[in-house]
Amino acid sequence: MSLRNFKIYRGDDERGELVNYQCEVTEGMVVLDVIHRIQADQANDLACRWNCKAGKCGSCSIEINGKPRLGCMTRMNEFEEDQTLTITPLKSFPVIKDIVTDVSWNYKQNQEITPFTPSEESKKKDFVMMQKDVDRVQEFRKCIECYLCQNMCHVIRDNEGKENFSGPRYMARLASLEMHPMDTADRIEDVKDKHGSGMCNITRCCTEVCPEEIQITDDAIIPLKERVVDRFYDPVMMLFNKIFSKKERQKTKSKVSSFLRMFF
Amino acid sequence: MLDISGIKRLQFDVLVIGAGGAGLSAAIAASQEEDIRVGLVCKSLLGKAHTVMAEGGMAAALGNVDERDDWKIHFRDTMRGGKMLNNWKMAEIHAKNAPERVRELEHWGAVFDRTRDGLINQRNFGGHRYPRLAHVGDRTGLEMIRTLQDHGIHQGIDIQMECTALDILKDDEGKVSGIVCMYRETGEFIIFETKSLIFATGGAGKSWEVTSNSWEYTGDGYGMAYEAGAELIDMEFNQFHPTGMVWPPSVKGILVTEGVRGEGGILKNNEGKRFMFDYIPEKFANETADSEEEAARWLDGDKSARRPPELLTRDVVARAINTEVKAGRGSEHGGAYLDIATQRSAEDIKKKLPSMYHQFKVLAELDITKQAMEVGPTCHYFMGGIKVEAETSMTTVDGLFACGEAAGGMHGANRLGGNSLSDLLVFGNLSGVKAAEYSRKLKGMPKVKDEDIIRIIKSATSILNREKGNNPYLIHEDLQKNMQYNVGIIRTKNEIVDGIEKIERMKDEFKEVKAAGSSQFNPGWHEALALRNLLISSEAVAKSALLREESRGAHTREDFPDENKDWLEYNIINKKGNDGKMVTVKEKRGNPEPELKRIANSSIEDLENEVKKDHEKLMPKV
Repeated sequence: MSLRNFKIYRGDDERGELVNYQCEVTEGMVVLDVIHRIQADQANDLACRWNCKAGKCGSCSIEINGKPRLGCMTRMNEFEEDQTLTITPLKSFPVIKDIVTDVSWNYKQNQEITPFTPSEESKKKDFVMMQKDVDRVQEFRKCIECYLCQNMCHVIRDNEGKENFSGPRYMARLASLEMHPMDTADRIEDVKDKHGSGMCNITRCCTEVCPEEIQITDDAIIPLKERVVDRFYDPVMMLFNKIFSKKERQKTKSKVSSFLRMFF
Repeated sequence: MLDISGIKRLQFDVLVIGAGGAGLSAAIAASQEEDIRVGLVCKSLLGKAHTVMAEGGMAAALGNVDERDDWKIHFRDTMRGGKMLNNWKMAEIHAKNAPERVRELEHWGAVFDRTRDGLINQRNFGGHRYPRLAHVGDRTGLEMIRTLQDHGIHQGIDIQMECTALDILKDDEGKVSGIVCMYRETGEFIIFETKSLIFATGGAGKSWEVTSNSWEYTGDGYGMAYEAGAELIDMEFNQFHPTGMVWPPSVKGILVTEGVRGEGGILKNNEGKRFMFDYIPEKFANETADSEEEAARWLDGDKSARRPPELLTRDVVARAINTEVKAGRGSEHGGAYLDIATQRSAEDIKKKLPSMYHQFKVLAELDITKQAMEVGPTCHYFMGGIKVEAETSMTTVDGLFACGEAAGGMHGANRLGGNSLSDLLVFGNLSGVKAAEYSRKLKGMPKVKDEDIIRIIKSATSILNREKGNNPYLIHEDLQKNMQYNVGIIRTKNEIVDGIEKIERMKDEFKEVKAAGSSQFNPGWHEALALRNLLISSEAVAKSALLREESRGAHTREDFPDENKDWLEYNIINKKGNDGKMVTVKEKRGNPEPELKRIANSSIEDLENEVKKDHEKLMPKV
């Protein structure tokens, strides 16, 4: 057990300051425990979001010494005993109070995405999908919507970026829909225009902060960018796409690839 | 006189409180009905409700892994797991409808783990005869809530986030007419006028110290429904999940999925003994392996082998761990060892239980592919809740519906793992449809009364306006300690009586509770508002636990250690008496349909033969 020093942001979007607190830290404590302890004993009105306390709901996203982290999954023994921890709200979103931010912009991005669209025919019987064909989709669906990637993305940090780019979280969601074996909707034009895939210049900051270790950049954003390029910037593919519908495209593509496989 | 003319009002036909699996299902179902305006109120951000924590899976007799499965077997398992105290009709509706609801979830975009044939995979779980739980690794709840969320936001539902419900409004005839809520962010009040209300508010697991439940689990639905005159049923049945984390202290209570045992994990004491073989109840002896050798064969897929005793129902396993610890055979930090490392390859464990691997690695610095976990019982689930009619989910208050953990009856004295997520889907859907039907039949909007609104708002703001008073956090901590010690996993008369006295004292302290600061995003105020509901829930639990003088399922009385068949005839009901005090009474259970009784009481061999014949009849003749 030891008495440790903390600086926590208190205030709103316009005014606020770092306030000093001290808290007893015992074995196994995480940063969220410290916040709760301070809240119960010293500052009943200290606002913070949390739910599951086990890294599954993505509510307690904060910045700890400037790094975006989940409060519930950051152990105190990561830090030196004499180190003061600075706890601040996510930088990319407006502060509501203390370390709670307004993340409603993210919900708006999600609303803009064409939802999962299986064919009416396919819904008449059980979906048959092989595990290997859904592994990648399941990787994206691990996302707990903590928005640490959104917070870290430098495109979104730049306020104008929010108007042009939906952010890594929603690139992963778009990828999960586009790669779903039973989905029939076509979102590639939206990926380019509405969701702004071209804004991402692959700095991988999002992937680095993902607590679920989803390979957002390599597995979601780059493949989506490739599909956009195939569709809109490759003259042969442009012609191919003009001729065939999405379903036919997929069929023809797989025929072509199995034909090619015979030679390579 | 408080001026309420400036307070925002919104009107709905169906308003759902709670946006976990049940609430989202209910809102989606109601929104499919024509000309029904649906609102959904959630205390957290959308997609963060406690459902997200569910790990193991959802039980449905799809028969994808073992074709012998059928709703009849699922129903029988559920009734036996609930020690026959379940509401028969609810258990029937649940078992019959679960497969369709799971398929629907898949059509809405859920991506379950697959069988070799590409169908929804199903895993073994405690008390289920066959592999029955549709799952996604050990994050099934996340998959469910995200699917419902992403589908639900396109159904024209008006979603109100971070909004706390305070109390129900009724018209002169006693019908539901609305509810007063408060936006947590700003502290502003809002009045929802509605023809019907669905409570999908979850349980009250935050009444105990060691709990797997999040801060939201404060029994808001129980408290508000009780205040509005609804009855609470089976409140003495509180499930302690056998495997919560026990070390380090800050994570004590966090859930370790039953899926660990479903995938072959075994329980050992500090002598290295696999102790569950010593705790097989007579009733389950026929269906449980009696040697490690047989259990091992079962794990390898030998269909003639019986299930390992680690997969007995949760009440049995929780009590066994408790007994081992009390006898001095517990693990280093007072639990049991849960070992999957010696049973499955590291690769399998990471694939099947990725979030458990991650959770222990980060929070306990332990590698579950190499070392055994330390686990112990943690408060997990309320079998009891608001009493509802099985076919409609309507409570004893007109226009008030309840579903999911908020509703009581479906799970009897003990819930089987995996039956919760399917319950959320089945009864969420049912209550949504039925509430919409009810609302359509009403001629106009039922009237809300201003004096009620004023009373509710005043009682909320008095907590802030008081000059000084008691710290809500400290009262809550006292309540949790009290419930843990006096109305915990093993109960006895003297302790329960002591517990009730302490609750009475806390109710007095609560009258003088004070939250410092303003109304804007003020956790101290939120905590104080939740306290009333926690106290009502805890009082109902304690009083019911005192009255039921037997041990059945999750309710264990040291002074009445056995099941008493006379008590099988009764449920316990709590409601608000005319004098404002809680009334706790026995209520005679209705007779089940003979066919349901026959199925539940069949021997497993007979029922399996019957199901085999049923299935042959359905098979197309070649």
